[in-house]
Amino acid sequence: MIIAERKPLEEIAAMAAPYKKICVLGCNTCVGVCMAGGEKEAAETASLLRIHRNKENQEGEVDVFSLERQCEFEFIDEVLERLKSYDLIISLACGVGVQTMVEHVPSLRVVPGLNTTSMGYPTEQGVWSERCLGCGDCVLHLTMGVCPITRCAKTLLNGPCGGSAEGLCEVGEDIPCAWQLIHDRLSSFSRLNDLDEIQPPKDWSTSHHGGPRTTVREDVRIDRGE
Amino acid sequence: MIAGSNLEKIVNSGNFVVTGELGPPKSSDITQLKHHAEEMKDHVDAYNITDNQTAIVRTSSIACGSTLVQMGLEPIIQITVRDRNRICIQADVLGAHALGIKNILCLSGDHQSFGNEPGSKGVYDIDSMQLLKGLQEMRDENRFMGGDEVEAPISYYLGAVSNPFADPFEYRVDRLEKKINAGASFIQTQCIFDLDRFEKWMELVRERGLHKKAAIMGGVTPIKSLGAARYMKNNVSGITIPDALIDRLKGAEKKKEEGLKICIETIKRLQEIEGVAGVHIMAIAWEEIVPEIVERSGLYPRPQV
Repeated sequence: MIIAERKPLEEIAAMAAPYKKICVLGCNTCVGVCMAGGEKEAAETASLLRIHRNKENQEGEVDVFSLERQCEFEFIDEVLERLKSYDLIISLACGVGVQTMVEHVPSLRVVPGLNTTSMGYPTEQGVWSERCLGCGDCVLHLTMGVCPITRCAKTLLNGPCGGSAEGLCEVGEDIPCAWQLIHDRLSSFSRLNDLDEIQPPKDWSTSHHGGPRTTVREDVRIDRGE
Repeated sequence: MIAGSNLEKIVNSGNFVVTGELGPPKSSDITQLKHHAEEMKDHVDAYNITDNQTAIVRTSSIACGSTLVQMGLEPIIQITVRDRNRICIQADVLGAHALGIKNILCLSGDHQSFGNEPGSKGVYDIDSMQLLKGLQEMRDENRFMGGDEVEAPISYYLGAVSNPFADPFEYRVDRLEKKINAGASFIQTQCIFDLDRFEKWMELVRERGLHKKAAIMGGVTPIKSLGAARYMKNNVSGITIPDALIDRLKGAEKKKEEGLKICIETIKRLQEIEGVAGVHIMAIAWEEIVPEIVERSGLYPRPQV
């Protein structure tokens, strides 16, 4: 899922300062599950913002509600008129949600209340770890299900660099070396020889380096006719 | 003969090779670098010029290398994959060749978070293995990484690094073999302070005959003070310093002389190890000591080939 965390309140308050009729808008899917922007967090953010604005003697009101998903038109459409009634919407969705809203309803003024961090999963309660960068050309079959593009700080494709020590990455003591993990898994399946092959340079054009990506599926498109 | 560099000639002659290291400054004033180059010119066969080492912005490796060429000295240009994509690396290699640079050392590079631009975007378009293979194909098959023809022949002596002290240990020799297969003719290792582990690694190297396929040069660094040893132990990625060595320095009255002795002992032991073709001396911030190290290690005068 998409992982995010809330921006510092001061930053949100600064974005909201010039506005009077404000809505904090939660999103109940990914960011709801990772406890960054769901219904509960939206209510909490709205309360904190109200207290802050009171202290600063800023006039106006801070409303709050949530959508099931801010990244789909049908959910936005259900509350369209209500959304249009605000001067500012502080979206607690990921970056996709913010952009879906402004593209669908250009008259809306929407700012992000979250920093979208990654695609990953909760490795333990309160800890979410990145697992996919969406490079567009998955190599997990070559690396025993451990992604070196995401989990190696240098996106190496041919084994660990000289900075791997005692299973950890040179970048930080809390980061496992992806290639140690790959090595261990290959070893447990007696497939260490897989590493002998020199993997060629990656074609990054399928990733963001090829520009923003659009996925087109002709088989599921609706033929709108002429 | 591939590129006809002095380094390559000495490797081929079977003499024990000695290379030094010069770190470009955080300014464009390279007077000091030139001075150090002059200082050790009769004592080393070639000089590594680091490429923004530890991810700190410095005068470029190729610019300093070109200066050395003008001085009649021989640089080994380090190229990391951290700061440049394949377009820029290949362009720089063409440029280095045009400037008369004949040796290239391929590395991953320390992660940008260690340096003075920690917010920079790491490139890592290719990895060090792909860099070696790509440069080998540029040279031997006249082909850029993307497949286009290199319009005039290009040649250089290609090297790589190896860290026998990194993990997983059992993979380190596999990786060395992979680098040799990818085109490395010479190998410089990370600083050796744990000789037992290095010897164990060399045993595995010999078992596979890798010392016959590439010139393995052991890396050494003279330790100037106890603080320097501790700093390296705790802060330099990929370096391990055994506690026994720290204790030895701690117990010594003259730390500098003890550090020097340790370095010279290491070089002497390296000369005894079958399959070690030379030594790479990284006297960071102590460049002026290199001639003494080389002489006291019995490696002076350098062979003229």
